[in-house]
Amino acid sequence: MPFGNTHNNFKLNYKVEEEYPDLSKHNNHMAKVLTKDIYAKLRDKQTPSGFTVDDVIQTGVDNPGHPFIMTVGCVAGDEESYEVFKDLLDPIISDRHGGYKATDKHKTDLNFENLKGGDDLDPNYVLSSRVRTGRSIKGFTLPPHNSRGERRAIERLSVEALTSLDGEFKGKYYPLKSMTDAEQEQLINDHFLFDKPVSPLLTCAGMARDWPDARGIWHNDNKTFLVWVNEEDHLRVISMQKGGNMREVFRRFCVGLQKIEEIFKKHNHGFMWNEHLGYILTCPSNLGTGLRGGVHVKLPKLSTHPKFDEILNRLRLQKRGTGGVDTASVGGVFDISNADRLGSSEVAQVQLVVDGVKLMVEMEKKLEKGEAIDSMIPAQK
Amino acid sequence: AQGAAMPFGNTHNQLKMKYTPEQEFPDLSKHNNHMAKVLTPELYERLRSKQTPSGFTLDDIIQTGVDNPGHPFVMTVGCVAGDEETYDVFKDLLDPVIQDRHGGYKPTDKHKTDLNADHLKGGDDLDPNYVLSCRVRTGRSIRGFCLPPHCSRGERRAVEKLSTEALASLSGDLKGKYYALKNMTEAEQQQLIDDHFLFDKPVSPLLLASGMARDWPDARGIWHNDNKTFLVWVNEEDHLRVISMQKGGNMKEVFSRFCDGLTKIETLFKERGHVFMWNEHLGYVLTCPSNLGTGLRGGVHVKLPNMSKHAKFEDILKKLKLQKRGTGGVDTAAVGGIFDISNADRLGFSEVELVQMVVDGVKLLIEMEKKLEKGQPIDDLIPAAK
Repeated sequence: MPFGNTHNNFKLNYKVEEEYPDLSKHNNHMAKVLTKDIYAKLRDKQTPSGFTVDDVIQTGVDNPGHPFIMTVGCVAGDEESYEVFKDLLDPIISDRHGGYKATDKHKTDLNFENLKGGDDLDPNYVLSSRVRTGRSIKGFTLPPHNSRGERRAIERLSVEALTSLDGEFKGKYYPLKSMTDAEQEQLINDHFLFDKPVSPLLTCAGMARDWPDARGIWHNDNKTFLVWVNEEDHLRVISMQKGGNMREVFRRFCVGLQKIEEIFKKHNHGFMWNEHLGYILTCPSNLGTGLRGGVHVKLPKLSTHPKFDEILNRLRLQKRGTGGVDTASVGGVFDISNADRLGSSEVAQVQLVVDGVKLMVEMEKKLEKGEAIDSMIPAQK
Repeated sequence: AQGAAMPFGNTHNQLKMKYTPEQEFPDLSKHNNHMAKVLTPELYERLRSKQTPSGFTLDDIIQTGVDNPGHPFVMTVGCVAGDEETYDVFKDLLDPVIQDRHGGYKPTDKHKTDLNADHLKGGDDLDPNYVLSCRVRTGRSIRGFCLPPHCSRGERRAVEKLSTEALASLSGDLKGKYYALKNMTEAEQQQLIDDHFLFDKPVSPLLLASGMARDWPDARGIWHNDNKTFLVWVNEEDHLRVISMQKGGNMKEVFSRFCDGLTKIETLFKERGHVFMWNEHLGYVLTCPSNLGTGLRGGVHVKLPNMSKHAKFEDILKKLKLQKRGTGGVDTAAVGGIFDISNADRLGFSEVELVQMVVDGVKLLIEMEKKLEKGQPIDDLIPAAK
């Protein structure tokens, strides 16, 4: 790690003021929370694997702010980061996750039957539905910090687990580094292929090191369930399909995820999880469920309505462009997903998406007919 | 402060020892750089447990070469130093890389430094109809600090502070001003861009992957003299990059100012208790092994539209110990027949010798260009290898 703890001793020869980053032009969660006092308190600490406070904050120092979203500006290098650096990360988590307190408990619910409705979002508006989450494998350090040996071990374990899936989950693994041109073309056409990170938010945190070594994509034969190995997290698990049947997407998501977890447990590698933070992932924004459930939906009229952002806020939803986290929308088609990750369960979050999108499609239809939508604007959820 | 002791050790490096060398050895099967040519699993095994006093490890050195398999225009080095001691602790890797990169330079060879511009013969009369500009640059590292891939914000700021204090005491033709990147006004920025002085945050993955862009733009800046013919970059790819440049073909003047300024700066640093990293084997110690020795790249922007299309162009450059680049910098292509021609060597030759090669070689290339313009052959002009 050229930017790792290798150097922490030398840095202690310099005063806090001399080492403290210049955050005067910064607008991210880390910059809002970090103070000289916190930095002074944490600078001589490290996790058992050697991750330091400068490692945690490097991405936030290097990336002052983003035009579309309030970035987190810090990452974890291992499970223990969240404990050793709690004085920095707890306030960030609280700010990012709606006031979540250091004493709060997080609820996990992956029982898809607890979801009400969700199988009938209007496919004239809802082009596709998707649910993703991440999982970290206990005992390994995380993508900003892990070595090639660790990353390869994660890949090996993951591939073993995934290739033992069957039925609707039977599939195949495509390592990035030995992909044929034909395979690559197909994965791009299926919208499955993830590329080497170019976003400086990710590259500055060290997640792109050694690319494409030990990275790959697994997907089922039906192309409705896929797993990314060693991208921004150890595993990213995605269930998706065209149209508006979010219920089916979520069912497959829950069933697949639980099957995978069982297999990992059999190999003595659980997922990183605790009752306070839920599932532990690289970015503090993905703690809890790590779940982003959403749709690509046509809302050309609603999206230009002056209350669009407020409506989204009240529905606890978030908009993105259809190209991913730091893109803009094109042609009135938006990616609408749950804003929350921590403090509510998987079922609760997908329920918000289902109910919220249903409402917004109704609003869109009203606006198409030139009717007002004021009576439909919801109370804060 | 804990002095020379490392209370943390190099914790993650120790963790990696749990994995076998085979499990940690990088996949270099698609790679084409100096590091990939030299590094073997045996070498990796031997060096993986080592670190420099500041904690720089083998994986730190090679990360940029692992992340950047190869470059279409240049054979990249694929490794960097994090401090002066890197070149010693990891000599088993770096000596062969240096040897391969610097024309067979052996671990026992000695490097000669000559910054006396009077030793340069000619060079004041390169034809300005062809030679648009002349430039000489080098780098310097300040002993006692880690290098850009590894230094902390505190160290970088200390390097900036020392440098700006030294530069502020230059006078006469060298009197100038420092522009810190982070405080630059829009007007200052525009002016520096117009003068072709401003360096931007590195975007080349070669540099980014080694960690040199961390904390940008903190403690980075540009100093230049009032005449705009001598400038110093602080904390870009090296602690200092020193550049002498001007329009036209008077390389002698450019080199004289270069030597004079550099020597004055070195004296000012010594007065403040700091020396440059230098030893009699590797000369000036810099971040990239390709810049060891003189760290000097002296060159011209020159119009060679006919010459550059000649079948023997590359061969002639090689024989003259010269190198071509586009006018946008190290990883760009030429535009409109205008090339950046500079010395290919850095180590094993003195500053005077390298600039002499540029002066003599460019003079010859222009003669050839003129012949080709007139439709005449150039075969009798083609030189023997230098």
